[in-house]
Amino acid sequence: MATEQFTGAEIVIKALKDQGVDTVFGYPGGAVLPIYDAIFKQNDIKHVLVRQEGGAVHAAEGYARSTGKVGVVLVTSGPGATNAVTGLTDALLDSIPLICLTGQVPTHLIGNDAFQEADTTGITRPCTKHNYLVRDIETLSRTMHEAFYVAQNGRPGPVVIDLPKDVQQGKIDTYLAPEDVKHRSYRPQVNGEVDHINEAVELIANAKRPVFYVGGGVINSGSSASAVLTELVRLTGAPCTTTLMGLGAYPGTDKQFLGMLGMHGTYEANLAMYNCDVMINVGARFDDRITGVIDEFSPDSKKIHIDIDASSINKNVMVDLPIVGDAGRVVEEILRIWKEKKHSLDTKSLKAWWLRIDEWRAKDCLGYVQDGPIIKPQHAIKRLYELTKDRKPYITTEVGQHQMWAAQYFHFDEPKKWMTSGGLGTMGYGLPAAVGAQLAHREDLVIDISGEASFMMNMQELGTIAQYKLPVKIFIVNNQWMGMVRQWQQLLHGNRHSESYSDALPDFVKLAESFGLKGMRCEKAEDLDQMLQEMIDSPEPVIFDCQVAKEENCYPMIPSGAAHYEMLLGPEDSAAKPISEEGMVLV
Amino acid sequence: MAPMDTNIESRTIAVLVDNEPGVLARVIGLFSGRGYNIESLTVTEVDVAHGLSRITVVTSGTAQILEQIKAQLGRLVPVHRVRDLTKEGTSVERELALIKVAGAGEKRVEALRIADIFRARVVDSSHDHFVFEMTGKSDKLDVFVDLMQPLGLIDVSRTGVVAISRGAKAL
Ligand SMILES: Cc1ncc(C[n+]2csc(CCOP(=O)(O)OP(=O)(O)O)c2C)c(N)n1
Ligand SMILES: [Mg+2]
Repeated sequence: MATEQFTGAEIVIKALKDQGVDTVFGYPGGAVLPIYDAIFKQNDIKHVLVRQEGGAVHAAEGYARSTGKVGVVLVTSGPGATNAVTGLTDALLDSIPLICLTGQVPTHLIGNDAFQEADTTGITRPCTKHNYLVRDIETLSRTMHEAFYVAQNGRPGPVVIDLPKDVQQGKIDTYLAPEDVKHRSYRPQVNGEVDHINEAVELIANAKRPVFYVGGGVINSGSSASAVLTELVRLTGAPCTTTLMGLGAYPGTDKQFLGMLGMHGTYEANLAMYNCDVMINVGARFDDRITGVIDEFSPDSKKIHIDIDASSINKNVMVDLPIVGDAGRVVEEILRIWKEKKHSLDTKSLKAWWLRIDEWRAKDCLGYVQDGPIIKPQHAIKRLYELTKDRKPYITTEVGQHQMWAAQYFHFDEPKKWMTSGGLGTMGYGLPAAVGAQLAHREDLVIDISGEASFMMNMQELGTIAQYKLPVKIFIVNNQWMGMVRQWQQLLHGNRHSESYSDALPDFVKLAESFGLKGMRCEKAEDLDQMLQEMIDSPEPVIFDCQVAKEENCYPMIPSGAAHYEMLLGPEDSAAKPISEEGMVLV
Repeated sequence: MAPMDTNIESRTIAVLVDNEPGVLARVIGLFSGRGYNIESLTVTEVDVAHGLSRITVVTSGTAQILEQIKAQLGRLVPVHRVRDLTKEGTSVERELALIKVAGAGEKRVEALRIADIFRARVVDSSHDHFVFEMTGKSDKLDVFVDLMQPLGLIDVSRTGVVAISRGAKAL
């Protein structure tokens, strides 16, 4: 019997299939032509042609984040790989599982400065969770499966597999299936230590002013993690806040939800963090956007920190009770013990705690006044939320004020509906991420809440939207400024608006039309609802140019170098509390 | 919140890794990328059958930074084990140096006399030079090198620290 022979390229495709991949985002080039040829000869895996490799990575992120699966990218060597670097870094900081296949010059040319050669593994080493250069076809199927294991297990992240062209074209008669491959060294700890979990239960049970501080780790842990967390929070009756990445991990419309915390978080969330006596951090990492000045971060609390990544523990903030493990599993255990011991929080203390929180809430820190014909950006997003919430849309964003307003005024009752570039803050993320989310959810409403400047960073992906007839809605909060930059210049640099004006903008309606998409422009508050409805009802992709008040600032704000209780609630506060010199050097 | 300890300590950390391409670059990149110190770093394959290499790194920082370093090393995918040899029990640390001294006359005699006191071996010599081989703790090597300075020291090559825990337990 003649044994079956595979080329390296066929092994790549076979491994992707065996890993359950149905969609690959990519862009061809000389060093990946054998893989493109193998793609041509099959129908199981759909290849989505983006317009720039950076778009492919963000699209794969949107796909991954909205499905919980691994996103897959395929790009050529040299410029294909270097264009992918921003997206890889983005995925690393936000813990998104990706596989990025990069073509490479043939092994005998590596190191020769060959045409389109780049040291891809060297360049991507610090911006991936792990990377591989496959020099030998013998190791190819093992490497493929290992890479999927590494990308998804432990703290998820991007993995690059660099594939020299001769390896793609080589032939071999053996193929290892996923179940034949076991990683030699990588065994992340998923179950928390029993003693620590018991201690955590006791600590929570004795809390007078507890707060749950929830991050993206819960979303990465899977939908059941959100479900058990929600049950635990409700059972205790304690307040809950989430990070930007954690939105949707706990229902955003629940009465125990305090809104997002951090630099542009709510007053009640930040003050609850400052004043709590027990903080339960589930899958968040005490990022500098959350803590404000470290010395004054929640000074009187006992801190429990549940994280799958041991290096997140005591990195920024020293905690009292670390639990290394998967957020979902650990919370499930806490919940089980809590029920078994029939614990409940002290009713009197909890009531007093909520009374204080309600006072902070009464400040209505997200309040704004929409009067007159000019649309307030906050209002635009709030109306977008109200009119779409029944459809449970997938929302992506770009980076800037509109991103923060989206986080504040859109509410997510489920995980995986919200996709934003949190750690890296990558302008240009939202449009391709919406492409990825829409490809995974063809029937659902997918909206990129965008800024006019960010939109321009990856607007070439309009071509992808047109080609695949993706009904993505691009909602541009058009304030004609790089609003967040202008805001910082106003607060920190004497209102000198150095290079932050969005000059020479295109006519977004005509731009849409030139790609065969629908274009809409709204300039008056009175037209907003009706036009939004038209956009939502449209089966087509739409660019919606929402012209908003130009110089609105994003509040509340904890300026850099300040503490949670030093929040600025509005323009009057900003004038009264100038930013410290130490704060000025911070980003 | 516990106050942060600002004392700087030195630690010797042993790391068992898969002997795969790029693994050293990963470890070094981690130290440079996150601004940690490397005082010494050695690496060689120690288990050919299983393809394992051992890295010994001497680093310094506050207690919090040192814990971070270990955790960061621990999460590198090809890392099997990370052990803090300074903190977890006692260990033996050694370094080897090859030291070339050139000259003639009195200085040459003096160099040989000191080498003898330090138990350095002569591994190469001619009428106008010696190469000494010396093994010991790094600070002992430092002293010897200093003493050779005025006696015609022209070249030094050192391995960096290798270390192993005392007692019957493996890494
Ligand atoms: C790739 C990239 N370059 C620069 C920045 C810095 N930056 C942060 S927000 C911002 C302005 C964004 O403007 P726009 O998209 O119009 O959003 P707005 O703040 O006006 O809502 C800039 C330049 C960034 N985050 N990402
Ligand atoms: Mg703008």
